[in-house]
Amino acid sequence: MTLLLRMERLDKYYGERKVLDQLSFSVAEGEFFGILGPNGSGKSTLLKLLSGIVKPDGGELALNGSPIGGYTRKQLSRVLAVLQQEPIPPASFTVREVVEMGRYPYQNWLGDDSGASDEIVDAVLDQLNLAELRHIMLTELSGGERQRVALGKAMAQQPSVLLLDEPTTYLDIGYQIQMMDIVKAWQRERKMTVVAVLHDLNLAAMYCDRMLLLHKGSIVGIGTPGELVRGELIRRVYGTKPIVVEHPLYGLPQILLRQGGAHDEP
Amino acid sequence: MSKRLGMWGGVGSVLLLLSIVVSVSMGTAYVPLSDTWPIVLHHVPFLGDLFHADWPISSEQIISKVRLPRVVLAALVGACLSLAGAGFQGALRNPLADPYTLGVASGAAVGAAFLILFGLQLAIAGRWSIPIVAFATGMTSLLIVLRLAGTGGKLQLETVILSGVVVQAFLGSIVSFMVTLSDQVVNEIIYWLMGSLSLRGWSYSGILVPYLLVGLFVLMANGRTLNLISLGERQAEHLGVHVARTRLVVLVVSTLITAAAVSVAGTIGFVGLVVPHLVRLMVGPDYRLIVPVSALLGAVYMIWADTLARMLLSPTEIPLGVITAFLGGPFFVYLLRKHKRRLRM
Repeated sequence: MTLLLRMERLDKYYGERKVLDQLSFSVAEGEFFGILGPNGSGKSTLLKLLSGIVKPDGGELALNGSPIGGYTRKQLSRVLAVLQQEPIPPASFTVREVVEMGRYPYQNWLGDDSGASDEIVDAVLDQLNLAELRHIMLTELSGGERQRVALGKAMAQQPSVLLLDEPTTYLDIGYQIQMMDIVKAWQRERKMTVVAVLHDLNLAAMYCDRMLLLHKGSIVGIGTPGELVRGELIRRVYGTKPIVVEHPLYGLPQILLRQGGAHDEP
Repeated sequence: MSKRLGMWGGVGSVLLLLSIVVSVSMGTAYVPLSDTWPIVLHHVPFLGDLFHADWPISSEQIISKVRLPRVVLAALVGACLSLAGAGFQGALRNPLADPYTLGVASGAAVGAAFLILFGLQLAIAGRWSIPIVAFATGMTSLLIVLRLAGTGGKLQLETVILSGVVVQAFLGSIVSFMVTLSDQVVNEIIYWLMGSLSLRGWSYSGILVPYLLVGLFVLMANGRTLNLISLGERQAEHLGVHVARTRLVVLVVSTLITAAAVSVAGTIGFVGLVVPHLVRLMVGPDYRLIVPVSALLGAVYMIWADTLARMLLSPTEIPLGVITAFLGGPFFVYLLRKHKRRLRM
């Protein structure tokens, strides 16, 4: 098992406030890794560090064995793609033009691509069922479709690591499952590593191989969904005790909420 | 993409040539179109030998010495200002930005007017002194405007324009004050505050050409990056774009070409606002097309604005900035309303 992402005693401050405290963990190649935690636990900050845009204030962060700060922006975006929470704005670019923008890291300053750009973009469009929409402008798409286009743009980057920042926040359940299924299929097909910040514990339990539970900037637990989705642990982190049941199809833990159970401190 | 660029470039070039020829034939002394064609084309390198000088000398004199230099200068100034407008709009992701509304043009005018009115034109770097100083003061006012408008690293669309207009008004009054201190009051004020292209020889065009070429090159090279930024700064960074660096380069270059245009023609407002917008309606949101087509159509737009300025009340000239404001002001209002509607949705 190769370690693709490795974090060593990572610290991050916003002003005086310490938002991440001595985080150490690693993600293996080909793994679907979830980062979970309540609001303000630091999970979005952690993802920003992983994406290389924000620098840590202490500790080490290595990608493929070399420190992430040693990559140039373009090198990094050939290895690592990010799908953001916010859908791309409805500009009057066509679907194909936006997916093609994902080739930017491979283009020189004249816009020539070092790979087979057209074939790659067309393959992505087919895979995401966007082929028929290729000449439609973003302005005419729904939010869910635009998020699919954003995923297509990330796929055109041909990354070996995909970071997802709560990608299903603005989607209805149909689109949520569609989005996660596409990512999962793509991950299996290309042996890609996925690191996803998720806030839906049930979705996370169904799709993640391993998860990390973050609370107030520190790691509370790392493990499989079966090890982490437990009533007592959830109550300690989220302040509400759920009912944990077994998924009738997959045997994975799923949670049910109950009324009046908020913030009962131990 | 290169096919579309070729098509729009072709359309723009034909329109530009047509505008030059027709505009040159218009004026107090009548020169028939049948004569202006060969006289203008006579000046084009390589094509010139194909035309025999069978036109009246007087026509040749009027066109080559008086009208053509002015029309060419109008084209260059229009191209510079539109290019700068496209650059500002792209870098700031602000559809209301333009050299005038950002206060950059007035800032450049302060520097240029200072040198000219106190006789320091050649003091620092010979004939490049005015553009260099105009660039420095233009850049300073842009930084002041962005500083005034910034709250916690975020730039609010309308706040940028509000502080731009305030700075522009303040700097405009500095220019007026300086001109008041000098001898030739009336004409010069009109020149600096409202812009003019009258009585400018070929040498002024010569100053502008290198700025225009550099600006066109740098902005076109950044076209793809500006496209990515237009979909959001964060996601552009994730694709490997240095957003801050791109922004700085584009802002500096746009200010530079604004400064060059202002040093030869004074402050002419709203051109950089109107032209890139019309271009965007025609060619779409792709900056690889918007940038070059804006330069071409900006030239056309300015030729006609200047023709109106000299023809409408002939022989009295209307200041060029008055014409562009008549056209651009209502357009600005329209954009503002359109934008507000979109925000409310």
